[in-house]
Amino acid sequence: MPSKLAVRLRALGRFAKGNPPIVMPWTLQRMGLLNMNRRNADYIMRYNKRKFYPLVDDKLQTKRLAVDAGIAVPELYGVIEIEHQIRDLPDMLEGRTDFVIKPAHGAGGAGIMVISGRRGKKYIRASGVIISESEVNHFISNILSGMYSLGGMPDKAILEYRVKPHSIFDAVSYQGVPDIRTIVFRGVPVACMVRLPSRMSDGKANLHQGAVGAGIDLVTGKTVDGVWLDQVLDMHPDTGNPIRGIEIPEWDKLLELAARSYELTQLGYLGVDVVLDRDHGPLVLEYNARPGLNIQLANQMGLLGRLQAVEKLEEIPESAEARVELVRRLFGQPG
Amino acid sequence: MKNLHLYVLSLMLTVVGVTLCAYKVQRLGMPLSPTDQTEVWTVEARISFSGRNRAAKVDFFYPSAPPGFAVIDEDFVSSKFGLATETEGVNRKALWAARNVRGSQSLYYRIVLAEERSANRTRTEPKPRYPEVPEFPEPERSAVFSLLDDVRSESADIASFTRELLQRFNDPTPDEDVSVLREATDDTLGRVREIQQILAGARIPSRVVQVLRLEDGMRQGTLQPWLEVYNGSEWLSFDPATGDGGFPDNYLVWMSDDNPLVSVEGGNPATVEFSVARSNREVMGVAQQRARLIDSSVLEFSLFSLPLATQNVYKTLLTVPLGAFMVVLLRNFIGVKTFGTFMPILIALAFRETELLWGIVLFTTLVALGLILRFYLERLKLLLVPRLASVLIIVILLMAGVSVVSHKLGLESGLSIALFPMVILAMTIERMSMTWDESGAHEALMAGLGSLFVASLGYLVMNNEWLSYLIFVFPELLLVLLALCLLSGRYTGYRLSELRRFRSASLPKQN
Repeated sequence: MPSKLAVRLRALGRFAKGNPPIVMPWTLQRMGLLNMNRRNADYIMRYNKRKFYPLVDDKLQTKRLAVDAGIAVPELYGVIEIEHQIRDLPDMLEGRTDFVIKPAHGAGGAGIMVISGRRGKKYIRASGVIISESEVNHFISNILSGMYSLGGMPDKAILEYRVKPHSIFDAVSYQGVPDIRTIVFRGVPVACMVRLPSRMSDGKANLHQGAVGAGIDLVTGKTVDGVWLDQVLDMHPDTGNPIRGIEIPEWDKLLELAARSYELTQLGYLGVDVVLDRDHGPLVLEYNARPGLNIQLANQMGLLGRLQAVEKLEEIPESAEARVELVRRLFGQPG
Repeated sequence: MKNLHLYVLSLMLTVVGVTLCAYKVQRLGMPLSPTDQTEVWTVEARISFSGRNRAAKVDFFYPSAPPGFAVIDEDFVSSKFGLATETEGVNRKALWAARNVRGSQSLYYRIVLAEERSANRTRTEPKPRYPEVPEFPEPERSAVFSLLDDVRSESADIASFTRELLQRFNDPTPDEDVSVLREATDDTLGRVREIQQILAGARIPSRVVQVLRLEDGMRQGTLQPWLEVYNGSEWLSFDPATGDGGFPDNYLVWMSDDNPLVSVEGGNPATVEFSVARSNREVMGVAQQRARLIDSSVLEFSLFSLPLATQNVYKTLLTVPLGAFMVVLLRNFIGVKTFGTFMPILIALAFRETELLWGIVLFTTLVALGLILRFYLERLKLLLVPRLASVLIIVILLMAGVSVVSHKLGLESGLSIALFPMVILAMTIERMSMTWDESGAHEALMAGLGSLFVASLGYLVMNNEWLSYLIFVFPELLLVLLALCLLSGRYTGYRLSELRRFRSASLPKQN
């Protein structure tokens, strides 16, 4: 496995061969690449009302609202709110041996522990590492003390269903659960990518930790090329299997799920994270009021053009189905 | 326009800030840089006379708004005399009076002046009447008119007319006409009066101005007459001996009239002696003193009206916006990663005490030691708040340790570590170790170096003598800074770092 350093060294070597170390701003402009300042000033601040933030920042609240709205989410097993409740953990699990512990106010995938089984009194993590009960308890109390929450505020720990990844991505992921990120602008999906865990990302679906991002064509629901760190590639760095051309099952359902999230969250510029479960199909994992910009790299396409196309619309259809239809109409032409 | 409101607001803030600043520079003469020194002249006039055992009154003219100078200070020393001042036309007059004056008396007038080369020197007051042509006796009469005819034929306006006349009049080998006219008198004042007569022959208004040549160390100076003619809109001055226009530098206009400088009633005639001394003073002090004299309320409500200790606090505080704006530039335009938004600024403030190099050394040492201990704490699995408190205690212990060790080693700079913001340091260590765990050593070190870089740059900006002077003397410039910050708040272009971040957007595929 190439280490991060080795990859960086290789990247350095590429510059020596004539690849530029930076890209010119007008090139990015021509590609319509959305940047951080503009995302914040023109989209997040304009379309995301602050009062709706707590709703997506608190995953527990999101989950409950989603259930009410009929949006599929991983089943909630229990909530630990105070230190004292940690000892009730076995009761909450009701004998289940695989589950996920995560903070209600986590950010960037931090503070998530995936338990895949038990061995006596000990737990087995998804990575295969066996950890003691006291380590799990300490992990939970760290969550409660606010170690993973924004601003270090005291937090709650959520226990929920461990997603069993759909086999469609088995060939192109290394451990972990791939998740599908969709940017939904004014209720209209505008871009989509799947984040495939790699050995370097340690099973996490986080691009800057080394996961592979593969763009997904909104109309066909098929993957295009992927990016990994600084490279564009068409096969997974660990498994060597092709990334391009994977057809996402239940694509229309997934798009509709993403589109419907707009009504739920009231956020005009929204990131929807969906996982494909083997048994339950697309499940919304979480929402993000400040979705990142890497989706553009994964798709090798700037977001600005599509955002402006949606911005120009005088009226956005009220039903999610119509908005999914709109996606085909707006972004149907190839390229 | 999309951001019209913002642009208008920023423009207004900028205009207000710049206008106030310009007013202080132009009107009050506040300098734009801290090291400016200006020449300050102290002129003392000593009026001596002897009394006649009865009531005496002394009238004395003293300068009023002399061109090329700013009056910083003036005072009178009059012992038992009562003093009144009055304005007489364009001149000012001191009136001393006492009941029973006997023996020799000395009265003093002292004025402190700053040179003001940039100032407007035009003199327009008072508007004179055009003089009647005097009745010259022969042969003067024909000499005057023949001279005037000659001069008129070789001049274009009143300025050149006067210059030509003065040159002819002072010619070392004068022609016949001038010789006739020059015979009448020998002393300078008499000559100036003669010239006035000749100018009156051409109906040109003129006046005698009394000037004092300023020379450092001068003890017994006297006034000399100078000539001014009126060209219809302003008074033009000429050296009566050469015809050169204008007042030379270091010439102080004492009074604009032919009246006697001093007159005594009830005493023997007085003599006036001038002594002059030059010194250098900081322009700022001069400007302050001046503003006090012209009674400007701008200074009344400035930071200079605060007690000195508070002033010093603000001297430091006012540099913080500079640092903050720098952070804005570095983060939103360059895209440097740091721990905490304004943490580097607080570190930079601490650097003020330690100096840059020592600051960096001490900061790095502290954070490195703190990180090592923090990694050890990680194994103990502590809850957040107790862990933060522990890190804080460790930071303080480390600070104390570094101080003691460096003191023993004779490195006094190490003592200034005590001024580091410890809570900020503790938070930095905590966040750095979290980043280290979550995103790896590379990210943590990059953000750490970024913080240090921003702090160093912040130190250089905030410790820049000129900038901190400027912002303290002209705090209204903060409005301009505010406007710039507001504008940056709507900058939606690419950050420099994004040009690198997105470089794979245009890369060809590789395997």
